Amino acid sequence: MIAIVDAGLGNIAAIATMLRRLGHPTRVAADPAQLDDASHAILPGVGAFDHGRASLDRTGFVPALEALRDRGQPVLGICLGMQLLTRRSDEGRLPGLGWIAGETLSFALDDAARRRLRIPHMGWNSLEVRAPGPLLTDLPAEHRFYFVHSYRVHCDDPADIAATAWHGHDFVASFRRGNVLGTQFHPEKSHRFGLHLLDRFARWRP
Amino acid sequence: MTLRRRPRVIPVLLVRGEGLVKGRGFAEPQYVGDPVNAIRIFNEKEVDEIIVLDILASSENRPPRFELARDVASECFMPICFGGGVATIEHMDRLFAAGVEKVSINTGSTDAALIQAASARFGSQSVVAAMDVRSGWFGRRKVVVKRGTRAVHDDPVAWAKRMRDLGAGEILLQSIDRDGAMAGYDLELVQSVAAAVDIPVIALGGAGSVADLRNGLTAGAAAVAAGSMFVFHGRHRAVLITYPTAAELDSLIPVPTPTLDGN
Repeated sequence: MIAIVDAGLGNIAAIATMLRRLGHPTRVAADPAQLDDASHAILPGVGAFDHGRASLDRTGFVPALEALRDRGQPVLGICLGMQLLTRRSDEGRLPGLGWIAGETLSFALDDAARRRLRIPHMGWNSLEVRAPGPLLTDLPAEHRFYFVHSYRVHCDDPADIAATAWHGHDFVASFRRGNVLGTQFHPEKSHRFGLHLLDRFARWRP
Repeated sequence: MTLRRRPRVIPVLLVRGEGLVKGRGFAEPQYVGDPVNAIRIFNEKEVDEIIVLDILASSENRPPRFELARDVASECFMPICFGGGVATIEHMDRLFAAGVEKVSINTGSTDAALIQAASARFGSQSVVAAMDVRSGWFGRRKVVVKRGTRAVHDDPVAWAKRMRDLGAGEILLQSIDRDGAMAGYDLELVQSVAAAVDIPVIALGGAGSVADLRNGLTAGAAAVAAGSMFVFHGRHRAVLITYPTAAELDSLIPVPTPTLDGN
């Protein structure tokens, strides 16, 4: 049973639709107790960092997610969900969960890049896979994933970087430390490539 | 690391009642199909992104159609922007909960506090300011709302800057004069607005061919959108959902410049 955390951070329906289309038992969890018997959890999110962190605290999901992580079960943060797993963000004042050694930063575009590229970064990018791990193995060469974000994650330890993408400079598109995973892009909005990734996540038993 | 980012090419679906329609110059709506069915077809075509607009919500003073948003978002394996009647933060809350990535705000954009609050709450990347532009006396362009019926500003560039300053993350720039004509975007408009703001500008209104899309991008649009081009086929405007081929889409990739490609 894959639990999708519904802390009011949007985007729940699309992930559930994709997992169900793949045939994986899926639950949209509006209550932390619904994570107790989950085998996997997904922490999705869009929007501002502080609103995300405050919503997680208000809904009481953090202890349930920590318990799942400590049992060694896979937890996947998507977009803001990934950023919330870092220590902090340039976007907000509240702390992140600090599950991964890293922080969420503004883009550092040079003048040449700033003339051509816009923030937020919105659009389809290909990945440069550094450590395929459970999610990115067998990714087709013509893959592309959909990104919508104004901030990006920096990992203290390069070994945690699963893949990078480019927007004026390389940034972390996906990380993994043990059973904690993150994607800055939206697999649920990335057609067959997102189906591939979510299917691999759902089948992964670390 | 090479720059290989293809600009987004975005179908715009207009909802009226239970069906999808497409007209010209914001008039003569012709029925073109069912929304969810159209989404499924665009899914198969692996479309970049989709914009769904309920065109009569604001002029009929209705709230957004949340159930419709949920229905289309649940079928959609691509990002979706939904608009029509978005007038409060609560509306946006419910639309994001329904699974859309972005909201398009047209009539509501006259409320500065709404755009500011939306950007602070949801992040600017989710807030699309939809600007409809129509030519008035002596071809002077005006920004209009309420399905083109009410003028709110006589300078599109100033209005776009205002939207950007209030926190909008994208501008959906639509020419009503070109709407449905399939003879090309209002490139002068695209150029002037895109040069004035540092957020993505999506060109809409008038595209009929891949060459038109390319011209929109050359004029400075970060992404290109179209309605008629993707739902009509041939001179007699027979309804057929289409989308550019992979090769046509690849032809839209800008040539990387050495400055960006260097290190």
